[in-house]
Amino acid sequence: MSILIRSILLTAFLSVGIVSSGQGKEMPAENSHCLSCHAKQTYSFYNDWLEVETKRMMNPFYILDSTLMVAGVHGGFSCTDCHSPDYETYPHNAELKLEPLATCLDCHGGDETYADYQFDKIEEEFHKSVHFQQSGESFTCSKCHNQHYYRATARTSNQVSEIVSYNNNMCLSCHDDVLKYQTVSSGENPQLSQVHDWLPNQKLHFENVRCIECHTVVVDSFLVSHNILPKEEALRNCNDCHSSNSMLKASLYKYENLQARSEEGKIGAILTNEAYVIGANQNPLLKLLSFIIFGLAVLGIAIHWIFRIVKKSK
Amino acid sequence: MTAENNKIYLYPLWLRIWHGVNALGIILLILTGIRLQYSELSMLPMDFGLAVQMHNIVGVIVTLSYFVFFIGNLVTPNKKYYKIKPKGLVKRLTKQMNYYISGLFKGEESPFPISEKRKFNPLQKYAYIFVMYCFVPLAIVTGIALLFPELIIEQVYSVSGIFLTAVLHGSVGFLISIFLIIHLYVASIGKNPLDNFRSIINGYHDVHPTEKDKKKEK
Repeated sequence: MSILIRSILLTAFLSVGIVSSGQGKEMPAENSHCLSCHAKQTYSFYNDWLEVETKRMMNPFYILDSTLMVAGVHGGFSCTDCHSPDYETYPHNAELKLEPLATCLDCHGGDETYADYQFDKIEEEFHKSVHFQQSGESFTCSKCHNQHYYRATARTSNQVSEIVSYNNNMCLSCHDDVLKYQTVSSGENPQLSQVHDWLPNQKLHFENVRCIECHTVVVDSFLVSHNILPKEEALRNCNDCHSSNSMLKASLYKYENLQARSEEGKIGAILTNEAYVIGANQNPLLKLLSFIIFGLAVLGIAIHWIFRIVKKSK
Repeated sequence: MTAENNKIYLYPLWLRIWHGVNALGIILLILTGIRLQYSELSMLPMDFGLAVQMHNIVGVIVTLSYFVFFIGNLVTPNKKYYKIKPKGLVKRLTKQMNYYISGLFKGEESPFPISEKRKFNPLQKYAYIFVMYCFVPLAIVTGIALLFPELIIEQVYSVSGIFLTAVLHGSVGFLISIFLIIHLYVASIGKNPLDNFRSIINGYHDVHPTEKDKKKEK
């Protein structure tokens, strides 16, 4: 009997473990040491020189959001997995600021676990991009993909709106922020609403389409192309998206988590449409029906007309 | 009706101006609408952005002109032609239908000849009522909603509100196009195919004496 109870308990325990690991990672306990200061606006420490307990304001650029961190792809990491263990003492050694941090490829280059992400190909593409061409090696992955918080929304979210806003905020974090923009460029950041003046329904586009839809070269073998084009080469042809063979099907709507709604010819696709793109959302059933009705109307008129002509000529 | 020239004044000036503006507007809306919906057909070599802009502007003009029609039909005697009379409706519709299908070719007289009291035959009347009081208002309401998408309910169950509105707008636009084709064709039925087109421009309808009238005159 006790064996039965024990085995039930064990199964329950294991399944709880499986469920909780499926729900996401937990932050390693040792991170609380760093976050006790770096997740707060102020921090306290004992000043050995003055022999007093001191409270100071934290540099806002070094404040981390622990909730976003746990939700991020690296949420299960210890701080010291990437940062030097010497950070565990305070005051931190000034030299530590110069420590070389691991780049994405240092871990993910030739990574079997995440082979699907094609990190090496991404790097190859990125080297062709205007970001690399202009700024070289100083333009690291983290300029767009914040290592502390990054989530692969395009792969995990089933909401276009979430994918779009998450993705666009990556671009806007520099292109709409003078300070951050100037860490990579000596020029001024262009006013986005002004340079996109030509685009009809600008707000609607900005909210529903990713910047990269027009600003990268779409590559079939990839989920997200990293070859960001110079602005002169960006897409400006409405028809490329607003047509039945819309480019969006090869980019934004190519994700498996969204595919159900972009598949043509399924009644389900009519019922699960979360977005609407003029010209691209053609409902095959309605299209066929409209052609039939149009054909019948024209045929009816033609026959009637012929009879009228025949009658008149008699 | 003045007997000497056999003409009746059927279409007052305001109605003719409205009809002209509406006709041009609807044609432009249909053309630009097709351009937007079926851009891959490249039937109309027009820039997409320009087509969007034209569709929007002409849509607003047609909406304003619809109110001219709507108010005009409330305050002028023109409203009498649009009164729904359900009694014997099916019979009247069938009679007119039979005339178009067979009577016309047998040389029969029109069962509901045009007079000052009756501007439209029953089929025509109910087609106009449907188009002007169902289809066009629906196209206007969905059109305004698409012009201001923030007005639209975001989701109806799992379907985008914009998607539903757009499908409704496109479908009703299509039905209006079918109406237009039939409207133009039926207008060509008459003594002379151009008679009715002339009437809607100058306002006068030629009354051709029927066989009975001719006998009476003798």
